[in-house]
Amino acid sequence: MAARLSLEDGAGRMTDLSLSNQSIASKPAPPTEATSFRLPTQWVGVAPFFVFTLMFLIMPTLYLVIGAFQTGEGAFTLDNILQLVSDPSISNSYWVSIKISFWSAIVGAFAGLAIAIAIVRGGLPNWVRSATLTFSGVASNFAGLPLAFAFIATLGRVGIVTVLLRDIFNLNIYALGFNFLTTWGLIVVYLFFQIPLMIVIIVPAIDGLKKEWNEAAATLGATQWQFWRMVVIPVLFPSFLGTVILLFANAFGAIATAYAFSGPQLNIVPIKLYSQINGDVLHNPQLGYAIAFGMIVITGLANVFYIWFRTRSERWLK
Amino acid sequence: MKSGKFWAWVVFGIGTAYFFIPLLATFEFSLRMRRGVHSFDAYQVVLGDPRFQATFLYSVIAAIFTIILGVLIVVPAAYWIRLRLPQLRPIVEFITLLPLVIPAIVIVFGYIRMYGSNSPLPFLASDLGASALLVIGYATLALPYMYRAVDTGLRTIDVRTLTEAAQILGAGWSTIIARVILPNVLIAVLSGAFLTFAIVIGEFTMASLLNRPAFGPYLQNIGANRAYEPAALAIIAFAITWGCMSLIQILSRFAPKSANRPN
Repeated sequence: MAARLSLEDGAGRMTDLSLSNQSIASKPAPPTEATSFRLPTQWVGVAPFFVFTLMFLIMPTLYLVIGAFQTGEGAFTLDNILQLVSDPSISNSYWVSIKISFWSAIVGAFAGLAIAIAIVRGGLPNWVRSATLTFSGVASNFAGLPLAFAFIATLGRVGIVTVLLRDIFNLNIYALGFNFLTTWGLIVVYLFFQIPLMIVIIVPAIDGLKKEWNEAAATLGATQWQFWRMVVIPVLFPSFLGTVILLFANAFGAIATAYAFSGPQLNIVPIKLYSQINGDVLHNPQLGYAIAFGMIVITGLANVFYIWFRTRSERWLK
Repeated sequence: MKSGKFWAWVVFGIGTAYFFIPLLATFEFSLRMRRGVHSFDAYQVVLGDPRFQATFLYSVIAAIFTIILGVLIVVPAAYWIRLRLPQLRPIVEFITLLPLVIPAIVIVFGYIRMYGSNSPLPFLASDLGASALLVIGYATLALPYMYRAVDTGLRTIDVRTLTEAAQILGAGWSTIIARVILPNVLIAVLSGAFLTFAIVIGEFTMASLLNRPAFGPYLQNIGANRAYEPAALAIIAFAITWGCMSLIQILSRFAPKSANRPN
């Protein structure tokens, strides 16, 4: 009985039990046999998950990462990575992508924060808050091609707003340099999902600011400005910064919206990689691996910072 | 305080303008197909287009398979980690976050290289294989959302007691998961499912690079060649996203609020 129990309960308990029972202690079960019997039942529930993620997430990514450091014949090389910097069209595409992602994250974060503060602390009626949160949930998932179509219908060359501005205010935005294919043109569009994403994430953080903190600060003689500078901003800062980084990664990988505006011409990294996969436009598959590797490094770094800031802010917002 | 409220309204008003002008303009634009009058012609043309029906149906089926695959992978893993292997939680959470770090285009690029027609696992050699790979890719994209939804659902039930009770009554593992655990986290699973649906239905990058006849590539094609139909499609896509999010909100009202006993 003791022996059967120990087989079911694990190697750790096995020794305890066998010490209490002389007959088993004299002939201990071989540990290799015990583990080889136990492993399948212990891992059966998580096995599909690990097999799946290994085959379809980790290995394909590693394949590209390793390929980025290999020549076509499989020898180690740094040429592909160096070419990311030395080829002006590639380094330029990284630069444009980083610029668009950075500014859409910054503007989106501040705009989202302003709206979030307005609906949580601004004394607006309750329906405003719940309507905004519901809408934000929808809009943060409304990206890709349909978003581009909406903006073409609005601010395209014959878009409703373009025509209205031209006819009523005599203002031709295209003559003023507006274009979806410029950095700021894309940023204006990306804000449509960046701002709501910021609202969705930051509202719970603002809710976490306790009323008592304000009262405690007031009791100690703090002005409203001091309360914001010394309590609110330091507490919100990590989750704010963390969300900025999430927005950055979010914009950096986005491709469909930009693709709908321009087809393959626009020079941002995901579109560059898309053309490379579709037609080997760079005439060097290894370079495609390097571009993919560069994207992983940038979004990966961004997310490392995000997780770091997130854990820092969670200490306060329980 | 008065001025604070004033500025709150101003901010809210500017935000509302930014978000509603494009939606209203798109809607108005979509009604303009017939010269001089407002009509739903663009919607009629789109909905009557056999390619719309075929690609939309394809994407709906892909989304359903994605949800099934996601549930089959995530539910047992999340359950098992709560019950038996809590030490694996950080690793599994890290893995489920990876699809947010690795852009979709990079993942699908890896698939094309690893599972091409002359690889050991030639998914891309046949149409069915390529569609299976698309579903797999979508399940990967949805992994962060699915895992979080299911894990939140599991937190609200007492996994250990339910499992032991089922075991005492003689249930095997598949019975426990399918007939005890899954019904208890059904609402959480459905929330994850609708979010997955919203993400997958118009997805462009993976479907296009795997050369599948899905809704995303169809949208791209229409967007490049037509004037009024894209606006109608944008409104339809917005309505679908809205529908999915509303269903999640409605479902969350039925979800149990908190655990009676923490594990």
